[in-house]
Amino acid sequence: MDMFLQQLASGIASGGIFASLALAFVMIYQSTHHINFAQGEMAMFSTFVAWSAVQAGVPYWGAFLIAVTFAFVVGVLIQRLIIQPLMKAPLLTHVVIFVGLLVIFNSLAGWFFGYTIRQFPSPFGSTLIPRNKFISSHEFGQILVVLVMLAVLFSFFRFTKLGLAMRAAAVNPDSSEFVGIRVGWMIALGWGLGGAIGAVSGIMVAPIVFLEPNMMGGILVYGFAGALLGGINNPWGAVAGGFIIGIIDTLAGAYLFGTELKLTVALILIVVILLVRPSGLFGRTIVERV
Amino acid sequence: MSSTMISDFGATASRRSRSQTLRWTLIAIGAVALILAPFLAKNFTVFQFTLCITYAIAILGLNYLMGYAGQVSLGHGAFYAVGAYTAAILIKFAGVPYYLTLPAAAGLSFVIGLFIGLPALRLAGHYLALTTLALAIALPQLLRHDLLAPLTGGVQGIVISKPQPPFSLPFEGRYPLPFGMVFDFRLTADRWLYFFCLAIAVLTFILIIRLLRSRIGLALEALRDHPVAARSMGINLAYHKTVSFAISAMLTGMAGAMGAIVIQFVAPDSFTLLLSISLVVGSVFGGVTTIWGAVFGAMFVQFTPNIAGDISQSAPWAVYGFILIAAMFFMPDGVVGLFTRMRERFMSRRGARA
Repeated sequence: MDMFLQQLASGIASGGIFASLALAFVMIYQSTHHINFAQGEMAMFSTFVAWSAVQAGVPYWGAFLIAVTFAFVVGVLIQRLIIQPLMKAPLLTHVVIFVGLLVIFNSLAGWFFGYTIRQFPSPFGSTLIPRNKFISSHEFGQILVVLVMLAVLFSFFRFTKLGLAMRAAAVNPDSSEFVGIRVGWMIALGWGLGGAIGAVSGIMVAPIVFLEPNMMGGILVYGFAGALLGGINNPWGAVAGGFIIGIIDTLAGAYLFGTELKLTVALILIVVILLVRPSGLFGRTIVERV
Repeated sequence: MSSTMISDFGATASRRSRSQTLRWTLIAIGAVALILAPFLAKNFTVFQFTLCITYAIAILGLNYLMGYAGQVSLGHGAFYAVGAYTAAILIKFAGVPYYLTLPAAAGLSFVIGLFIGLPALRLAGHYLALTTLALAIALPQLLRHDLLAPLTGGVQGIVISKPQPPFSLPFEGRYPLPFGMVFDFRLTADRWLYFFCLAIAVLTFILIIRLLRSRIGLALEALRDHPVAARSMGINLAYHKTVSFAISAMLTGMAGAMGAIVIQFVAPDSFTLLLSISLVVGSVFGGVTTIWGAVFGAMFVQFTPNIAGDISQSAPWAVYGFILIAAMFFMPDGVVGLFTRMRERFMSRRGARA
């Protein structure tokens, strides 16, 4: 039983990472209907920025802030410089653009920071929490950070004027333009937020998977799967989807098929779920008028 | 009024016949160049071009699916792997001659494509992308797994021997040419494979062009551009989507078998997600709704990483990425799209002057 609870806890902890990446996907999908395949590599790059800051002697939370701001600015810049001019281009063009961004970030990180695997500090330490031996302090802190981030995002979208404008721009860009919302900048802001959320997930996962240019490869797929499983047009669904994926993946690895095939098993499960509910567990089915 | 119309008719007819002549002249020049080139090149260059031909067939399969049937696949590397492993296993363990492995690989990929194509019916856009992506990620893991290792060779993979040319050429020998070039008129194993793959590629391209001009191709285009209208006219959406997935998988699987024979080696690490993504990149780079785009896409897939490595040794993939994004900016509809636009501009300018 202890073993099971331990696995469950670590499943929830990694689920938190997938959930935040899934949320980053939704952030960009909501406004532009594109899935940013470079999300993981952008997160990895920002994590390297945080690492450099820590190496330079900046305290942990200062480095955290620097990296998140960096990710935000990079996200906005990419939208303004690359995505905006190609707004009307077909889906596949965007897929290729994102592949291009992915290899650029990956390659640049390898060039600037090297391919050696590095330790990344955790502000929470990695001891098991006393009296409660199911969960390490880092995993606990990680879940906490994800929850705080969700609360902040929720309040932003629910209670601020800017959040409302962003939602309006995503739902109905034309009408929003008419009432004076600058839709282009709202989309850019969405990209910035997506980048920042991704950076948080990168910084949180780095102490576990270690820091290197390819660290987000598998995590990206899980985040993507989480977003689609929960429903790509529903932020809360995406977060739930991320947690579900984390739990399924950890438990399947521990009890069913061993770690060798766990990615495969998780993906097959997702596909089966999608076949039953093609718009995701919590997604809206969009009925189009002909 | 009527006389100008008649003379106009004559003008277009003669222009058409002139453009037909031009077209056949170009095709003839291209054919002669393709046949003579390998005798002027080194074995390694010939090998690279042979690989390029196999990629062209694989990307043709992807164009068929993405450009004509309107479905996205990020996992076609998996079908390439299925074809490659089919060929390698048949040659290594069953002693099947290499040319007979191609129909086997094509057939198996077709069947697997059917099975993947059925669920693909329910999924569209990003969901189909994820499903195929899952396939591409899962397959190397499966190939590496212990249960399949006796057949697939596990992580080590399978090594097969190079097919030898079945005959030798008349008037063999090395003939020196001006500018230090040598016309090396001998049928080496590499050159034989080149011609073998070239012949199959030409046949495949002709078949697919015929297929797309038939009612099947028209039905696919109708379904892609206006599914509702096409269905109300009685085109069977489920049938066409499933079968085109299978045909696309078949082409890519056959290309995989050819690739395995050319490289003489298969291993799980050759068929990672990078391969699937390279195929998509090649498809879009060449022009996804075109046939000949596959050829340009294959050249991009085969040669750009080398070129990028020459430009910057420390970050070759960053250069690759920049080339890719620049290509999307300047040729949003691919190389063939760019050619078409240039030709249209040229034609309209000439038309205006006349």
